[in-house]
Amino acid sequence: MFEATERNRRNRKVEGLFRLLFLWMTCMLILPVALILGVLIVRGGPAISWEFLFTRPIDNMTAGGILPALVGTVWLVVVALIASVPVGVAAALYLSEYAPDNRLTRAINLAIINLAGVPSIVHALFGLGAFVIFFRFGTSILAASLTLAIMTLPVVIVATRESLQTVPLAFREACWNMGATRWQTIRKVVLPNSVSGILTGVILEVSRTAGETAPIMFTGAAVFMPFLPQGVLDQTMAMSLHLFVISTQVPDVPEHMPFGVALVLISLVLAMNGLSIAFRVYLRGRKKW
Amino acid sequence: MISSGGSVPATQATEAAFAAADSPAAILIEKLSLWYGDFQALFDVDLRVRAGAITSLIGPSGCGKTTLLRSVNRINERLGYVRTTGSIRLWGLNVLDSTVELAQLRKQVGMVFQRPNPLPLSVRDNVLFGTRVHRPNERQPTRGESDRIVEKALREVLLWDELKDSLDRRGTELSLEQQQKLCIARLLPVKPKLLLMDEPCSALDPAGTEAVEELIWKLRGDYTILIVTHNMAQARRASEECVFMLLGEMIEHSDTASMFLNPANRKTADYIEGRYG
Repeated sequence: MFEATERNRRNRKVEGLFRLLFLWMTCMLILPVALILGVLIVRGGPAISWEFLFTRPIDNMTAGGILPALVGTVWLVVVALIASVPVGVAAALYLSEYAPDNRLTRAINLAIINLAGVPSIVHALFGLGAFVIFFRFGTSILAASLTLAIMTLPVVIVATRESLQTVPLAFREACWNMGATRWQTIRKVVLPNSVSGILTGVILEVSRTAGETAPIMFTGAAVFMPFLPQGVLDQTMAMSLHLFVISTQVPDVPEHMPFGVALVLISLVLAMNGLSIAFRVYLRGRKKW
Repeated sequence: MISSGGSVPATQATEAAFAAADSPAAILIEKLSLWYGDFQALFDVDLRVRAGAITSLIGPSGCGKTTLLRSVNRINERLGYVRTTGSIRLWGLNVLDSTVELAQLRKQVGMVFQRPNPLPLSVRDNVLFGTRVHRPNERQPTRGESDRIVEKALREVLLWDELKDSLDRRGTELSLEQQQKLCIARLLPVKPKLLLMDEPCSALDPAGTEAVEELIWKLRGDYTILIVTHNMAQARRASEECVFMLLGEMIEHSDTASMFLNPANRKTADYIEGRYG
């Protein structure tokens, strides 16, 4: 009565096959990441030293360190954040908390999602036209960071809106029904309960901003600068562009150098992502409803 | 005394009886009609709610009782496609007037929901939320004042003894019964005149239901309470006056005892006996 039939056996075989297939695909996904990290560590690891991190490049960038690029990337990221986070969070608050649910709002949401798909080189040209030329910021950290900010704005908006929407509507209604305004509701209930998600979005944005090359090439990043930037109207070196330049444009660079630069860059990004995950786990542990 | 007449004379008769009583009206609803888009949910509802009493709204699903309740503090309007005619006077003032400040209306008219919805804040902050929303900026209450407000509100809802040592616990971590009491407590510090309750016990277990009903019964007199319920036994136990609605119309309004013993209208009698619903 309970013996397996031919059909059961075949089903079991097919089941096992698909299981294996999906497992294999998952491994294929992890493999490149592991390989990239492995290659970078093996080949770039020897390049890493205090001197590499904290001195300037010398001998036509074939020796010395990466300090100006490292500092430049920090500048670019910080200025981009200052520009994009307030605007992005405010826009997300409007769209999520104030805007009526009508066709226009839906169109705006769609536009934002599509904006995230615009190739970064297009943003670069926009930044060149708008910030460098029209607003006369010149090629500068300011122009480059604003370009990066515009590029990452959709990410900030979408991440913020999603985390705002994880706050149940019932809480908002409870507030409104006590006569609280939208802003009082946002300040006292919605933001405190969504700030972890917003910060996660911001940190992910940082890691993306740090790695972008195209948008800063025309707008503010220099191939080589003998000094550190002094303000937002200076040009600067940046890690991503530096990597591109020493890998492709400069002859006789010792092999370990580009790998070292790449290792530092990817470590920065992974550290940021790790931070964002840790932060999210921490805040989620405290959040209960 | 089951009336053989139509619903209209019966309604008018009870209305007249209440008008004759010298108790002041807290809510006076006249010719209230309400549409959701093209759908008419309320038809010329007239209702007079006695101040300081518990009045329950009963009727089958879709009869408009929740709509009526939500019209009183105008939270229906949030849907955007709602149109209302007629008037709802609270202590003589029409709340449907365009000059009414909604924040003030919602301060004076507290609302309790089916699903307890304490805010994800501490018990203390839940109770103080209303005062924080409504107090003028230049007047920060001292710690002592806040403590007194919290104690008074929690005592009123019979939660003080249970929670006095855990005022920093999150409101959302309490039991459902405590949550619902907390939701009532947080309305009290801004001194509302009227409490609207939309099936306040339907998410609670029998013990919780009993406790919350007791609390509601205790609050009568100090507050005018309008309560929607699906549960006829609850209406009978826990209200002084009862309003029966059907398909958007007010069918009958009388004191609870006589509605359940001697309904004036056939439809009311059939509903109470459970022939439909």
